[in-house]
Amino acid sequence: MDTLKLAGRSLLPFLVALPVLWIAEGSLADSKSAQIILMAAGINVILAVSLNVVNGFTGQFSIGHAGFMAVGAYTAAKIIVATRGLQLVGLPPAVSDQVLFFLALLAGMITAAGAGLLVGMPSLRLRGDYLAIVTLGFNEIIRVIIENTPFLGQATGISGLPRRTTLVWVGMGVVATLVMARRLVGSTHGRALLAIREDEVAAEAMGVDTVGYKVRAFVISSAFAGLAGGLLVHLIQLCTPRSFTFVKSIEVVVMVVLGGMGSVTGSVVSALVLSFALEGLREAQQYRMVLYSILLIVLMLTRPTGIFGTREIWDMLPRLKRRRAEGGAQ
Amino acid sequence: MTEFLQHLVNGLSVGTIYALIALGYTMVYGVLKLINFAHGDVYMVGAFSGLYLARGLGVDEHPSLWKALVVFVGSMVICGALGVIIERFAYRPLRQRPRLTALITAIGVSFLLEYGFQLPPAIGSSVPFPPGPTPRFFPEPFPRVDFEPFGVHVSNYDMVSLATAVALMFALQFVVYRTRFGTAMRAVSFDAGVAGLMGINVNRVIAWTFALGSGLAAAAALLVAGSRPTINPLMGLLPGIKAFVAAVFGGIGNVPGAMVGGLVLGLAEEFVAGYALSSYRDGIAFAMLILVLLVRPAGLFGRVRAEKV
Repeated sequence: MDTLKLAGRSLLPFLVALPVLWIAEGSLADSKSAQIILMAAGINVILAVSLNVVNGFTGQFSIGHAGFMAVGAYTAAKIIVATRGLQLVGLPPAVSDQVLFFLALLAGMITAAGAGLLVGMPSLRLRGDYLAIVTLGFNEIIRVIIENTPFLGQATGISGLPRRTTLVWVGMGVVATLVMARRLVGSTHGRALLAIREDEVAAEAMGVDTVGYKVRAFVISSAFAGLAGGLLVHLIQLCTPRSFTFVKSIEVVVMVVLGGMGSVTGSVVSALVLSFALEGLREAQQYRMVLYSILLIVLMLTRPTGIFGTREIWDMLPRLKRRRAEGGAQ
Repeated sequence: MTEFLQHLVNGLSVGTIYALIALGYTMVYGVLKLINFAHGDVYMVGAFSGLYLARGLGVDEHPSLWKALVVFVGSMVICGALGVIIERFAYRPLRQRPRLTALITAIGVSFLLEYGFQLPPAIGSSVPFPPGPTPRFFPEPFPRVDFEPFGVHVSNYDMVSLATAVALMFALQFVVYRTRFGTAMRAVSFDAGVAGLMGINVNRVIAWTFALGSGLAAAAALLVAGSRPTINPLMGLLPGIKAFVAAVFGGIGNVPGAMVGGLVLGLAEEFVAGYALSSYRDGIAFAMLILVLLVRPAGLFGRVRAEKV
């Protein structure tokens, strides 16, 4: 019974989201630009929430998220290119394409998770700013490697990818990320992460395997970054190292910091707000980065923990909060 | 053999530049325990303030040695002031906060300088500022003379830059270990709270440390601009990160360590890029960083300190 309940709790969001996404996609069928903006925003939500697992829950400061995105993106893109024209036995072409896309995204997540493990194992023994620098360095190393590997198309990248990313795919990715984040926080694992954030030395003294938990959080976070990368390159139909620079990593960091380090809903809201706001500023690319940096400085000076802090949105609405508290009491 | 010597010369000239920038990182880290991410951009501002000063003095038409000196000292002063301003408004309000908060602010300041300088020039001002994203040429203050001892290519710019860099490092060494200010600085880096109780004006010491480090970054920028004359608003990004690697390599917070780290990094880059993997030049610094942090997290001359709860 319990396992059934558990499975239901995990599957329900997907089952609810799927028809909603289908309807959304159908109703937006004529407006390509609205679809693209929504998909871009959704990808940003995946990135922000997954980075929040490391930066917000665990309190480790990683600024190399774009590196893991790149790993996932290149894996997915290479698989899609390699299987072009291939049709799975017994499936109609349209379905076969979708299944292959799913497998490519999955492979991207796995390689990104592997990269996360590779970087996380040694570097998560470091603390604070050192970890930031190492993740930044890793991001740059990935870029240098891609730019020097003919197999990955060097600086020009892989072009002519089919547009496989749809609103439904992005939506399901968002739901998967949210379910992961919410269920993680409530679990033993999540509590250990929060303990590490509050005081690493004390957590260690209480018997929490800090390095182990940090590495696991890092791996999960990079897997979802890889998913976002795979979705992104099949949206813009182009995979170049320029999409995965340090600047991209910082954009995600800004989303997490703005929303509140440790608040899932905060990350979602800030990712959406920033995506839509910046869509309006697309004309003025240069001003956009200046605004970003001013936002970051002002935010840190006035609200160092972000707008929501470690609270979720429902903690901020008094009525909802009371109801939840009463529910807990019963 | 000639090739080896050439790489050695190039490595030394790059290495001294890294060392000069690394000194700024290491001093700031010493007193504040903060990675001043904006340091590489202060270096960039140094190059541009040099450019504007040189234009104002007309170095292009009438180059002369005293003008070069004015440009050099002038941009060091401008950057020193910039460093103090950054510290006052972006870092000081956060001094009691967790270190990550200040680190994020530092990233913000870095981006503000980088992208602020890439904006198109303000309308109506006589001086085209901000300079915009196009690379600019730095005027030459004196004619370039090339020498070829033992077949190694060296210019008088290389020699002047090496001599200046070494002189500045000795000057800094003197300031840190032989003056009252240096003693105060070391005291603050050891324990800011107790130093304050002993009557040291901690805020003033930190401000001067920023001024000193930023001035050295400006000096490094001008020495580079002499031999590689194109400058642009993003020029500080890579040297900044590499200099940080140099500082970590020598043990961050340690002045001689930063010098050694800078030289080692410059030589390593030049030799690896020269002999084996030329296109991996920018990756070498990071590979080195990760290796150092794995093998000796406190750096070459650093000491491990126990963490208190």
